[in-house]
Amino acid sequence: MTRTVDLVTAAVLFLLGAVVVADSLRLGAGWGSDGPSSGFFPFWLGTLLVVTAGVLLGQAWRRGVRTAFVSRERLRPVLIVLLPAVALVVLTQFVGLYVASALYLAGYTRGVGAHRWTTVLLISVGIPVVTFVVFELWFLVPMPKGPLEAWLGY
Amino acid sequence: MGVDNLLMGFQVALTPFNLFVAVVGITLGTIIGVLPGLGGANGVAILLPLTFTMPPTSAIILLTSLYWGALFGGAITSVLFNIPGEPWSVATTFDGYPLARQGLGGQALTAAFTSSFVGALFSIILITFFAPLLAEVALKFGPPEFFAIQLLTFSSFIGLGGGNPLKSLVSILLGFILAAVGLDIVTGQLRLTFGVTDLMKGFDFIIAVIGLFGIGEILLSVEEGLTFRGAATGMNLRVVLDTWKILPRYARTFVRGSFIGFWMGFKPGGATPASFMSYAFAKRFSKHPERFGHGELEGVVAPETAAHAAGVAAMLPMLTLGIPGSPTAAVMLGGLIIWGLQPGPLLFTEKPDFVWGLIASMYTGNVIGVVMVLAFVPFFAAILRIPFAILTPLIVVVCAVGAYAVHSSMIDVWYMLIFGVIGYVFKKLDYPLAPLVLALVLGDLAENALRQSLIMSQGSLVIFVERPIAGAVTAVALFFLLMPVLTPWWRRLRGVPTTAPSTRAGH
Repeated sequence: MTRTVDLVTAAVLFLLGAVVVADSLRLGAGWGSDGPSSGFFPFWLGTLLVVTAGVLLGQAWRRGVRTAFVSRERLRPVLIVLLPAVALVVLTQFVGLYVASALYLAGYTRGVGAHRWTTVLLISVGIPVVTFVVFELWFLVPMPKGPLEAWLGY
Repeated sequence: MGVDNLLMGFQVALTPFNLFVAVVGITLGTIIGVLPGLGGANGVAILLPLTFTMPPTSAIILLTSLYWGALFGGAITSVLFNIPGEPWSVATTFDGYPLARQGLGGQALTAAFTSSFVGALFSIILITFFAPLLAEVALKFGPPEFFAIQLLTFSSFIGLGGGNPLKSLVSILLGFILAAVGLDIVTGQLRLTFGVTDLMKGFDFIIAVIGLFGIGEILLSVEEGLTFRGAATGMNLRVVLDTWKILPRYARTFVRGSFIGFWMGFKPGGATPASFMSYAFAKRFSKHPERFGHGELEGVVAPETAAHAAGVAAMLPMLTLGIPGSPTAAVMLGGLIIWGLQPGPLLFTEKPDFVWGLIASMYTGNVIGVVMVLAFVPFFAAILRIPFAILTPLIVVVCAVGAYAVHSSMIDVWYMLIFGVIGYVFKKLDYPLAPLVLALVLGDLAENALRQSLIMSQGSLVIFVERPIAGAVTAVALFFLLMPVLTPWWRRLRGVPTTAPSTRAGH
């Protein structure tokens, strides 16, 4: 239910505010030797967040919307985007961005889109190559690389 | 004074390289504006790393051109596909899409682009004259004045943002808290890191923008199950010329929209209310208000003029005060800092070639932009006919590349994913995202202004009230803060029902 998510969000924000206040008190939230100390600004931010999130908790409790946050059939397409995206990031960590995005693009266009193999190959090879040329060669912005790039000498 | 400087600016903006940069920026921007999940702000954020090696003036021209392109691109999806790419394009769909359905898409698009151009031009002319004046006034500002202006920026989100004011406040606080994470440069202490090394460098707003607006927006659009069933473009030179013959009839609407747009636009979050307000005014003063919503050309002219006047006006506080009026302007401000420029009034005296090159490029960029979109609409519209299963992974890869490129750090890509999920949940619960990003960008500046003010006053808050300019700005800020409390009370006093129909802008 939307109300539940609303409550959980407000509760998380409340806790976050409390953590900020605690850390600010550790640093000192008052006047230091030469002006406000490190914890001064975060302390007030945290305090305000605790109060506001507290009120929002109350609001959500009393008049939260009791409709589904995401219906079951609408959650599917969201996960179909989110989970492969997570997989892309995990893969990047091991094989570098170019290979990971090639695999991800191929997997998505074939697995989700059921496109023809020619389209799949064109996109999954073309996009990483274009990215490589633009970022690595033209603008000298390095991307994470893995064993394949090492083997190719980059 | 202004003319000489502007001429100097044109010498910068009209060099072949900078013109080329503008064309590239507008092309990319229009594509980004057309694509779901990629708007002006995160388009600029993703391209920012590519500008690190460019001269600052060309870099800012690339980014601003991208922004103009994204504004134009938003009109294409609104008119042809009934999908507002940005909240301020919502009002454009009211009459734009019905026109396109009636086979008058070419007319509607010509009107939209021309209105955008007129609104933008109006704001650029005003910026040309007012920016130097404002910068000169701002040179006398001290920390208390800057903090008061920051207060005004954020209280206007709370007071004018619509929706639940408490949720706007939470977004602002969250942005400031994220900005505080990491090393406190004043005292050298670590804040909110809890011994985690990865937290030491803090959160970069560019990552937040890419995650919140890029990934979050894609998740939302797939959930809503967007299908692109677009109307035909119906665009050719003849339609353009014929529409231009009709448009002078709406001269009043153009002028009204431009003024509304500029006035609302230099305050943060102003573009969306400006477009709705301009639409409402056009309808009220029209001889045929009943035609609005069924395909009245004036209903396209009014919001587009105001939205673009506002979009350009958002650059004014960014340039003169160093305080951005929109998330996109915020990303550009971040760019200025990365290129080693000090945003704020000093820019006008220390880097005149940069400032005036930028202002001149606003003229050239918008001229090039309107010609390009008029000529290549069918090409840009065709992008939306690319199947979703190709577009979506493409956008995700582009976002990941952009997020990594900022600091060449893998943890940023993870942050991007997390921000994406936060953006999705926040958007669904009506927490506004723009104030969060602005607070994240301005966090250090705001805190420093507050600290220095308090040091000046030995810890007394009276300093924000007793200095004349700071006092006046603080008063307005407090008024905005109290607006959500005052408005229902005022309505009840006048016997108007408190439940005003809320316009939920876009997705």
